[in-house]
Amino acid sequence: MPSFPPFILASFRIVLSILVTMIGLLFVTFFIGRVMPIDPVLSVVGESASLETYNAAYKALGLDQPLFVQFFYFLVDVARGDFGVSLLTARPVSQDLIRVFPATVELATVGTVIGVVLGVPLGVIAAVKRDSWIDQIARVVALVGYSMPVFWIGLIGLLIFYGILGWIGGPGRLDIFYVDMIPSVTGMILVDSLIAGDMSIFWNAVSHIALPAGLLAYYSLAYISRMTRSFMLEQLSQEYITTARVKGLSEHAVVWRHALGNVKVPLVTVIALSYASLLEGSVLTETIFSWPGIGLYITTALLSADMSAVLGGTIVVGLVFVCLNILADLLYKYFDPRAQ
Amino acid sequence: MNTPTESGVAPRQETLRAWLLSDTPTSRKQAKLAALYRAWLSFRSNPMAMLGLIILMLLVGTAAFAPLLATHDPFAQDLAKRLSAPGVNGYILGSDTLGRDILSRLIYGARITLYIVTLVALLAPIVGLLVGTLAGYMGGWTNLILMRITDIFLAFPRLILALAFVSALGAGIENAVLAIVLTAWPPYARIARAETLTIRNSDFISAVKLQGAGAMRIITRHIWPLCISSLVIRVTLDMAGIILTAAGLGFLGLGAQPPSPEWGAMISAGRKFILDHWWVATMPGLAIFAVSLAFNLLGDGLRDVLDPKSKS
Repeated sequence: MPSFPPFILASFRIVLSILVTMIGLLFVTFFIGRVMPIDPVLSVVGESASLETYNAAYKALGLDQPLFVQFFYFLVDVARGDFGVSLLTARPVSQDLIRVFPATVELATVGTVIGVVLGVPLGVIAAVKRDSWIDQIARVVALVGYSMPVFWIGLIGLLIFYGILGWIGGPGRLDIFYVDMIPSVTGMILVDSLIAGDMSIFWNAVSHIALPAGLLAYYSLAYISRMTRSFMLEQLSQEYITTARVKGLSEHAVVWRHALGNVKVPLVTVIALSYASLLEGSVLTETIFSWPGIGLYITTALLSADMSAVLGGTIVVGLVFVCLNILADLLYKYFDPRAQ
Repeated sequence: MNTPTESGVAPRQETLRAWLLSDTPTSRKQAKLAALYRAWLSFRSNPMAMLGLIILMLLVGTAAFAPLLATHDPFAQDLAKRLSAPGVNGYILGSDTLGRDILSRLIYGARITLYIVTLVALLAPIVGLLVGTLAGYMGGWTNLILMRITDIFLAFPRLILALAFVSALGAGIENAVLAIVLTAWPPYARIARAETLTIRNSDFISAVKLQGAGAMRIITRHIWPLCISSLVIRVTLDMAGIILTAAGLGFLGLGAQPPSPEWGAMISAGRKFILDHWWVATMPGLAIFAVSLAFNLLGDGLRDVLDPKSKS
């Protein structure tokens, strides 16, 4: 293989490792769905089925085939976007997932944006003014964020801001009389209402998303500000910072241009990872706020033992998670001049 | 004139301290104890870490003496006094929808929390240690395959994977523990492997090899002991996450089953009444928050003591 230039080999290796991870991921879900339940046939035909029905279902599910053949069929199904039919909605799981996914993306995106806008400056200031009161506040904010159950603080938030103060909209994405008033283009109500030019719906959606997105933002702020702080501390102790100061640059330029400029690279990775974890964290948040996204879809399916919906949701979240991780990796390589 | 007890005790304490802090230990035992004592002194000087330790000791005490501390039977229902506010009808923290005393349920719930945390904190690092040291020491294909598996599990969002596991295995406390262990071991495997790689080529391992020790002996007797401290730090830092995951599973109805007083499940039970009867969901949440905060404080303190280079 001496004729291949190194970057082709490198990208081949990356593609291979992505493929292996994805297939591994699918294998785990396959294992959970088809192998672990005591009897997958019973969960389809029910306890009181006759022997003939049972055997027919056994064959129809492909359980008479060797395990690796079953896994192969499973892969083919997933590649075609076929996750089976949901027991609960009686529709293909893939259609359901497409319908609910934008709501989750909307929530996680708003959360991450707020988290970055507030978290990065907080981390920078905490690093520059180390051990000052603002650093202590940043530390407490992070500590509380790492220790608080999101489903609990969501309930308390609803109690205070919705129940007592009445500042925000309650659970759900819109007040009931606004639902389905505008055409769904992106599936994200904030965007759709702007496209339709309906500001009253937009502000209603804002009042509903404020609390769940604010909560997710708090968690990503805790993580992002912590990481920003430690990256900044590392940069600020470097010699080029001293050089920049000796050159007579303003403190502002030293901190926000020189130091933060170098922090940007690892920070991109952190932000991508925090976005991925918000997608995951949305499972509990969506349950609390009746937010009709993928998290609520999975938990509702769980409670009604709708296994194909659970696994379909798991696969999609898992794949998005993996893709975001890979994206973080690639962005790191792209932004880091040493890697080029 | 000193009484005999005073003169007898005070100097002995002084000598014990001096013996522990001596620069020239005379035995291996003294050196080990001295190292422990110094670590304790450094830990004690961190007030936040001490606060964490105290909260956790209170938790253990609460769990151990639950029958003595509880004012009511945690399962006894009294429908006439259901949803009493805190302080009303003799319920210090109020009563829930079936008229059960919330404080007593919290006290007994401490046992469940400790049970879950202990099991996970024992099992997950052991799995990680086995996988990591094996991969690191054997290298080659073993390393490649084991580390790929680790990566795959790391790539999965934890809570979602745990959800899927529990929903396949069936709800229950043991299955919740199993699911958390299955999602929590990969970071430990990574750490154990990294430690093994640095230890593997050191001179003392070569010396043991020359004496004829096999791979099993080297891994279990010489590599494992050296991996323990970094694993312990990581476990303590992860405890809060484990508690939150367990509570999350409980909240979704996948952990301990009713009428068990698991804290997450108690929040879930109070969810419907949050606007009118806030205490039912608030109290267990405060308990979860206090315990996971304590673990975070303790973990930060331990990290500073045991791993000085990561001080930030």
